[in-house]
Amino acid sequence: MSALSLLPARRPVPGVFVALTLTLAIGWLVVLMDGGQLFNQSTTVSLLHVAAGLGLVAVGQTLVILGGSLDLSVAYVISLSTLVAAETMNGSDGALLPAIGLALVVSAGVGLLNGLLVTKLRVNAFIATLGVGLLLKGYLDNGYDGPAGTTSPALVQSLGYQRIGPVPVSFLLLVAVTAAAWFALSKTRFGHHLVAVGGDPEVARLSGVRNDRILVTAHVLCSMCAGLAGVYLASRLGSGAPRVGTEGLYDLESIAAVVIGGTALAGGRGGVVGTVGGVLLLASIDAIFNQLEVDAFFKQVIRGAIIIAAVAVYARRAMRKAAA
Amino acid sequence: MQTVQRRTLPLRLPRVRPGGVLPILAILAVLLVLVGIRQPDFLSPPSLMSFLGRSAPIILLAAGQYFVIVSGEFDLSVGSLVTAQVVVAARLIDGDPTRTWPVVLLLLAFGALVGLVNGLITTRLRVPSFITTLGMFLILVGAVYLWSDGAPKGGLSEEFRRFGRRAFEDVPLLGRVPYALLVLLALAAVAVLLMRSDFGRTLVAVGDNPRTAELSGVRVWRTRTIAFILSGLAAAAAAILLGGYSGVSFQAGAGLEFGAITAVVLGGVALGGGRGSVVGAMLGALTLELLFALMNFYGVSGALRSTVQGAIILLAVAVSATRSSSR
Repeated sequence: MSALSLLPARRPVPGVFVALTLTLAIGWLVVLMDGGQLFNQSTTVSLLHVAAGLGLVAVGQTLVILGGSLDLSVAYVISLSTLVAAETMNGSDGALLPAIGLALVVSAGVGLLNGLLVTKLRVNAFIATLGVGLLLKGYLDNGYDGPAGTTSPALVQSLGYQRIGPVPVSFLLLVAVTAAAWFALSKTRFGHHLVAVGGDPEVARLSGVRNDRILVTAHVLCSMCAGLAGVYLASRLGSGAPRVGTEGLYDLESIAAVVIGGTALAGGRGGVVGTVGGVLLLASIDAIFNQLEVDAFFKQVIRGAIIIAAVAVYARRAMRKAAA
Repeated sequence: MQTVQRRTLPLRLPRVRPGGVLPILAILAVLLVLVGIRQPDFLSPPSLMSFLGRSAPIILLAAGQYFVIVSGEFDLSVGSLVTAQVVVAARLIDGDPTRTWPVVLLLLAFGALVGLVNGLITTRLRVPSFITTLGMFLILVGAVYLWSDGAPKGGLSEEFRRFGRRAFEDVPLLGRVPYALLVLLALAAVAVLLMRSDFGRTLVAVGDNPRTAELSGVRVWRTRTIAFILSGLAAAAAAILLGGYSGVSFQAGAGLEFGAITAVVLGGVALGGGRGSVVGAMLGALTLELLFALMNFYGVSGALRSTVQGAIILLAVAVSATRSSSR
């Protein structure tokens, strides 16, 4: 229990990357024995596409969770954003930028509502964002039976399918957003305050942090990340899809990725780099199962078990640290 | 320890009451009047009895969810548990009436087991119940699809369906009394007795302040685990009634966990634990169902249900939050 076990805990890069490396190595071997190849072009590309969508949501989710809050409405924000983007573009390249802008503004509005409910009305974040999610669900169910609108061809060609070597442009977008979030968290006043609010809101308040403003900002940013993921999904699908967010389980998966990435669900500890590790881990497991042609439903069972197990490992480690 | 509990409880109860059952009764009364104006037939005894029978599953789920919430946790797996149970029951019974009772017992055991696993993972492995039960949700949905190759198989026997469907007809005054209503009344009585027992007091104490409860000798982990088991059992009972009423489908339990949480919150139970009554939670479920019936009468699209549900959740919690912070 000496330096060896303390080392990973002290370093900013969490153990998720060790798990990721192990998973990829074992997966590569197993797929190889099965007669396949894990790291061929098409598998790698699709892995990175999956990671791009989930990653955008999860980076945003990291911000609210770090602040001690939570966002369960992201899945509906994603669906809404695909529709706003695709219906505004309506197949024309001219409306590209206004459409993306509108999708982000609408998402930010939802985030603002979440943030105000959590901070001003003191509604438990779980219930506040669930309630807002249900409001959006009713709107989507009532207004849409299926896909609507058409994404502009330029967006489909660029964000949707363009890539540099095996790396899709959308993954580069994720890298950029992650870098921005990392910078905001570790180099700006907002970041330090956010972590302080998540760690102990009372202490943060007494030391002059404006908790409410910080937390509302985190919620707005989180929703905008979800909105961006919606724009990306619209570019992949070519249209707006009213159920794409919920069917992709983006609410649960994003929270799982954050927690697997080493951010404490109670707030105050963690970061976006770990989250991206968590996203890549979930996407890799997905890719390995796809290569092995594992039943989709079995995949879901394993996924549930992995999420619980991963969180249990972190909880255990935190407990041991508290005892020491 | 006994004397401490006996002394603090009467002090606390009157404070609970105003935030507990009275407001929800008032809302219920207002809705009944509105329904009576729009659709007087609905208030005739037979149709009212049928309505109560139909609402029995969600009321039971609300009671189950109450145990978990009042102890300071969440159970998001109940909807998927209901689905799993209905599909399992159909496949195992496969239309054979002699298998009805063994399968009913098996479902109850299955519900208790899922609750036990949820409880142990949450309390012993310290995984937040939010993650535990959402993980369980994934596992159950995946497992049930896997087990039935993507389409429900078999069928429920008439014996099994009778709980959710049939009623004693030609009852004087009431017209008809659904079996489901009797099941509900019996289980509701059990729930109320349970909350008045030492266990119930301990459960509320654990939700109110786990640390204090632990220091005064309560085994917090065991109390919370039992709450999860009760929630699993309630889901099993709800599944038996629901399967009987609406038949077998993968959508049988979809969204019920959020319905149950809405009902509990509406019934004046504080999230985070420690405050509110099980009767309030059940009345909350009844109110929610009545509200949906009312929306139907006014021709509001069914798709807007979730919007209404969301608005109610936000309103109920915002009102109680502002009240408690001003105290």
